[in-house]
Amino acid sequence: MINGTKIKVEHLNLHIGKEHILKDINLVIPEKQLTVILGPSGCGKTTLLKSFNRLTDLNPDVKISGHIFNGDEDILHPKTEITQLRKKMGLLSQSPYPLPMSIFDNITYGLKISGRRKKKFLIRRVENYLRQVSLWEEVKDRLKDPASALSIGQQQRLCLARGLAVDPEIILADEPTSALDPVSSKDIEEMFLKLKQRYTIVVVTHILRQARRIADYVIFMYLGEVIEHGPAEQIFEHPQHEMTKAYLKGAYN
Amino acid sequence: MKRKVLQKTEEIFTRFLMVFSTSIIVSALLLIIVSILYKGLPSLSWEMITQIPKGGYYFGKEGGILNAIVGSLYLATGSTILGLIISLPLALYINIHKAKNSKLVNFIRFLLDILWGIPSIVYGAFGFTVMIYFGMRTSLLAGIITVTLFIIPIMVRSMDEVMKTVPKGLLESALSLGSTRSETAYKVVFRQSIPGIVTAVLLAFGRGIGDAAAVLFTAGYTDYIPNALNQPAATLPLAIFFQLSSPIPEVQNRAYAAAVVLTIIILIISVSSRIVSNKFKQRRIK
Repeated sequence: MINGTKIKVEHLNLHIGKEHILKDINLVIPEKQLTVILGPSGCGKTTLLKSFNRLTDLNPDVKISGHIFNGDEDILHPKTEITQLRKKMGLLSQSPYPLPMSIFDNITYGLKISGRRKKKFLIRRVENYLRQVSLWEEVKDRLKDPASALSIGQQQRLCLARGLAVDPEIILADEPTSALDPVSSKDIEEMFLKLKQRYTIVVVTHILRQARRIADYVIFMYLGEVIEHGPAEQIFEHPQHEMTKAYLKGAYN
Repeated sequence: MKRKVLQKTEEIFTRFLMVFSTSIIVSALLLIIVSILYKGLPSLSWEMITQIPKGGYYFGKEGGILNAIVGSLYLATGSTILGLIISLPLALYINIHKAKNSKLVNFIRFLLDILWGIPSIVYGAFGFTVMIYFGMRTSLLAGIITVTLFIIPIMVRSMDEVMKTVPKGLLESALSLGSTRSETAYKVVFRQSIPGIVTAVLLAFGRGIGDAAAVLFTAGYTDYIPNALNQPAATLPLAIFFQLSSPIPEVQNRAYAAAVVLTIIILIISVSSRIVSNKFKQRRIK
């Protein structure tokens, strides 16, 4: 079931000020599978996700130690080229944040900063990526409109397409459906199931049913610790740890 | 029962306070506008805004204040552009690049707030001292530099307040696409903040064009339109001041006409910037 390992976390500890947020995290994230980080609110899921592409750097109070390996590269090493690292990881946040520009420019933004500027190439790419997220038919006549004019579900799909356009290896999604209506949520979930053939996807969620629907591999976290991790059917059918059993029964919700 | 009465009295009293203070503000504004229009409009003529002062203008003879109108526009435009060139990178810098070093950022903000509080006559005196040191005479350039110095804190702090409101998620999204901090600053945060930046520029322009003290010693005063940066320049506030201090009633009324011109310029700038800023507001991400 598990192919290769994409990300390997070793002895990861993270403090914000005096608070110990992530406690000695050790885990692996399998390649080209959909990994779900599951756990109740405030258990450090999002922080763990953001340390993968070092968005945790933005908070000056964060102290981080340990290793996160992407292949042979240590993501947390001070000499890691941060913009290159982030290009390898698309981020989908809780509520969509399209860039303050047109739909077209949102998709081409990542390409342009990588130096791809040929008009023809950009036009083809925009269509390609908008089709991948099934947004093309809805917006093809108004690519010049500001992205903020789209509905929130469309914005989230646009953000996904924008992330794909940078050609990442990994997609990090932080509760990507929490701001969306049920139909848009379903769209996003289905897209993930399609995309996992080509990308490694990590989804943070506290919705148990969503995790059951989409997960190949599950990491269960509680209060900053990884309680249990393993293939989905193993975690859902035969959880080893008492806390996991309790959570699956709905004790913490 | 007693509580209810108390609550109701409180409600009435608060409402009275609000109405009272609002009406003071509105009536003060109306009074200012009505009084300058009442005194100024009769003296306002086409001649006045298209001609420079002729001999004996300040004794009620012919001419106009075109020198001061053009001088003020040159000065305010020049210093707004110069101020923007300095302020925008600084505002982006303290919000994006140095956001991590909150002590330094707070110190910069504190300094800017102090600078904002310094009266413009002090900037004028400072500019004058520097001019003497370099052996410069009163000139448009000296005026522009002095006014720039005193509008920079206004610009930076008002842009800063807008950039603080840029959602964190937007920053994270831009960075996740592999943009550097500078790309995030100039391509995303700048765009998101345009409506606020326009307001900041307008505020600075208004302060620049309306200030008399900073330009008194630095830009000087002249009856001619400056056609080089090293020539002195007249400004509307000083034109108002000089004419108002004349004992001749006719000249005094011209001062009010000059005030009308100044008010109209500010009105045009503020309406047009409102239009620009609304156009960009649609692109903003909430």
